[in-house]
Amino acid sequence: MERKINILIVDDEEIVRESLMNWLKEDGYDVECAANGKKALEKLPERDWTLAMVDLKMPGMDGIQLMDEIKKVRPEISVIIMTAYATVDTAVKAIKKGAHDYIVKPFNPEDVSMVIKKIIEHKKLVQENQYLRKELKKQYRLHDMISKNHEMTEIFDLVRTIAKSNSTVLVQGESGTGKELLARAIHEESPRKHEPFVSVSCASLTETLLETELFGHEKGSFTGADGFKKGKLELAKNGTLFLDEIGDISLKLQMDLLRVLENREFRRVGGSQLLTITSRIIAATNRDLKKAIADGKFRDDLYYRLNVISFQIPPLRSRKEDIPVLVENFIEKFNIEMGKSVEGVSEAAIRMLMDYHWPGNARELRNVIERAMVVTKGKSITEADLHLPTTPEKVSVFGRSLEEVELEHVRFVLESNHWNVLKSASVLDIDRVTLYNKIKKYNLRKPEEEA
Amino acid sequence: MKRAIYIRPVGDIAPKAIHWLQHDLRSYLNMPVEVMENMEIPGESFDPARGQFHSTRILKEILLEVPGDALKIQGIIAEDLHIPILTYVFGEAQLGGTASIVSLARLEQTFHGLPHDERLFFGRLHKESLHELGHNFGLVHCHDRRCLMYLSNTIMDVDLKGSGYCRQCFETILATMNGGR
Repeated sequence: MERKINILIVDDEEIVRESLMNWLKEDGYDVECAANGKKALEKLPERDWTLAMVDLKMPGMDGIQLMDEIKKVRPEISVIIMTAYATVDTAVKAIKKGAHDYIVKPFNPEDVSMVIKKIIEHKKLVQENQYLRKELKKQYRLHDMISKNHEMTEIFDLVRTIAKSNSTVLVQGESGTGKELLARAIHEESPRKHEPFVSVSCASLTETLLETELFGHEKGSFTGADGFKKGKLELAKNGTLFLDEIGDISLKLQMDLLRVLENREFRRVGGSQLLTITSRIIAATNRDLKKAIADGKFRDDLYYRLNVISFQIPPLRSRKEDIPVLVENFIEKFNIEMGKSVEGVSEAAIRMLMDYHWPGNARELRNVIERAMVVTKGKSITEADLHLPTTPEKVSVFGRSLEEVELEHVRFVLESNHWNVLKSASVLDIDRVTLYNKIKKYNLRKPEEEA
Repeated sequence: MKRAIYIRPVGDIAPKAIHWLQHDLRSYLNMPVEVMENMEIPGESFDPARGQFHSTRILKEILLEVPGDALKIQGIIAEDLHIPILTYVFGEAQLGGTASIVSLARLEQTFHGLPHDERLFFGRLHKESLHELGHNFGLVHCHDRRCLMYLSNTIMDVDLKGSGYCRQCFETILATMNGGR
C-alpha cells in the first residue's frame, strides 16, 4: 500500500492556512495546520510528516528558525519556505539553510503542485534506493558477515551447505578477518542453533589453564582446585565449541585434543569418569598450519582431523570492494549504538579507506569507523575524521643498518595494529616471544607509556 | 423524495451556458438537475488589488440558501476566481460537502487572447463542473490522466484530460449518490 503523504502547513494567517489546506486535500494529501513555530514543533511527534510548508515571516519564531528546529529533530522532513516578500537573498539563505524549495505567495497552482510532486518523487526514489540496497545486502549477508567479494560469497554459500553436517571445521585467515563471525554463522545456520556456542581463545591461556578450561577438573585435582568445574567441552553440550587460535596450543594439548576428536570421549582433569562429547568443533587460526607442521610445531594428524571442512577467509586488502559496504554497515550499527545520524562517508574519505593496506583487516576498519563516528561533527565522515597510520614512504634503505630498518618496520607494524602483540607478530610472521624480545631489544614503548 | 443537483448562477451569466450545463449534467449523471435564481456576487468577495473574486467567500454565501431536496449545489460565475494562496482557481469545492463553484472566465478562449470557440468552451465547462462535483462526492484527484478527476492546474491540463470519470471514480460517485448527501 502506498504511504500517505502528510503535509504540515505553518502560517500565522488563518485564511492562508485554510485555503492551502483545502486545496491540498483535494489532491489527496493528509494536511494539518499550525499557526506558529511553537505549535508546529508540538505537532512534529504526532505524525510521520513528509513535508512542512512554512511561512517565512511569522511572529516569534520565523520560518528559517523553525526550519532549523525541525531539521534538528526530524531531518527527514522536507521544508518548503513560503513568503509574500521575495528577495534573492532570502531565497538563497533559505536554500542554503536546507529548505527544499522556496515559493512566493500567491502561488501559481501549477508551480506549487510541481514543487510538492518533485519532493515526493525524490523521497520515493530515496526510499526505493534504500529498499534495493537492503535487498542487495541480504544477498551479501551471512548473519553478522557482509561481503560483495566473489570468494567470500562462495564461502557464505558453502557455510549454508555444510552447516547441517556435524563435521569438524577449520577456519583460517589473518587476524581481524572474521573467523569467529564465520564460526558463529555456521552455528546459527545449523540445527544446533538453539544450543550453546562456546568460544575458547587458546592463545590467551597457559597450557595448564587451557587444559582445565577445555576439560574441566575434579575437586582436589590440583592445588587450588577447591571444587569441581565443568570444562568448555561439557558446557558446549550439543552446541558448537569454537577453538580460536588453535595453532598456538602446546604439543601435549594437541595430543589430548586429538584423542578427544578421535574417540569423542574425555575425562575431566583429575577425574576418572569418561564423558562423551556431542558438540561440533570449529577451530580457527591465523597461522600457516602447514608451515607449523613442517617446523614440527603442529601435529599433522590433528591438522587432518580438524581440516575435514576448511575455509580460508581472504584478507581485506584483497577484497577492497567490501570496504564501502562494510563502512556503511558499521555506520548503521554505530548510529544505533551511539544515537547518532551519520549518513555516510565523503568520496575523499572512501578513497582514503580504499588506498589503505588494512593490516588489521575488517576489525581494524571497524575500529577506524567507530573512532570517526565519535569525532565527526557533520552528517558525513570526512578525511579529517579518519585516523589511519601513515604508510611509510618507499625510501631507500641503503646506508642504514639492518637493525635500523628492522626497528622501523617493527614499530610501524605495532602502531598499525594498535600495539596488539598477537596481531603484530602474525603480520611479521614471527611468534609472540620473538616479538617481545624485539620490543625489549629496541626499547619500544607505546606513546602513552613514553609520556 | 427524489433529490436533485442544483445550479446557482452567481452574477450575470449567459442563460445559454446555464441551460446547456443543466442538460449536460442531467444526461451524464442521470438525475434531476435544477436551476436556481441568480444571486448577487457577494461584494466582500472582490479583491481590488487582484481584480479577482475569493471563491471560498462565495461558497459560504451559496451555502446560506440550499433547497431541501438538494443533493449538491454548484455555483456558476463568469468572473475570475482565486483563493488567497493561489493566483487563480478554475473552481472550488467542499471536499465531501454540499457546495462547489466553477468560474467560466478561464474556460473562455478569449481570456487567453484567442477567438471564441463555443464547442471547446462547453467541453471545458462539462469537465470542470463534473470535476468540482466529484470533490463534493468525496473524490480527490485521480492518477488516471483520462479521468475527469485528474488535477488540472492549467487550461491545457483541462483540455488534455478525458471527459468522463474513470470506472473507480464513477463507482464512488454512484455509491455516494445512493447513500445520500
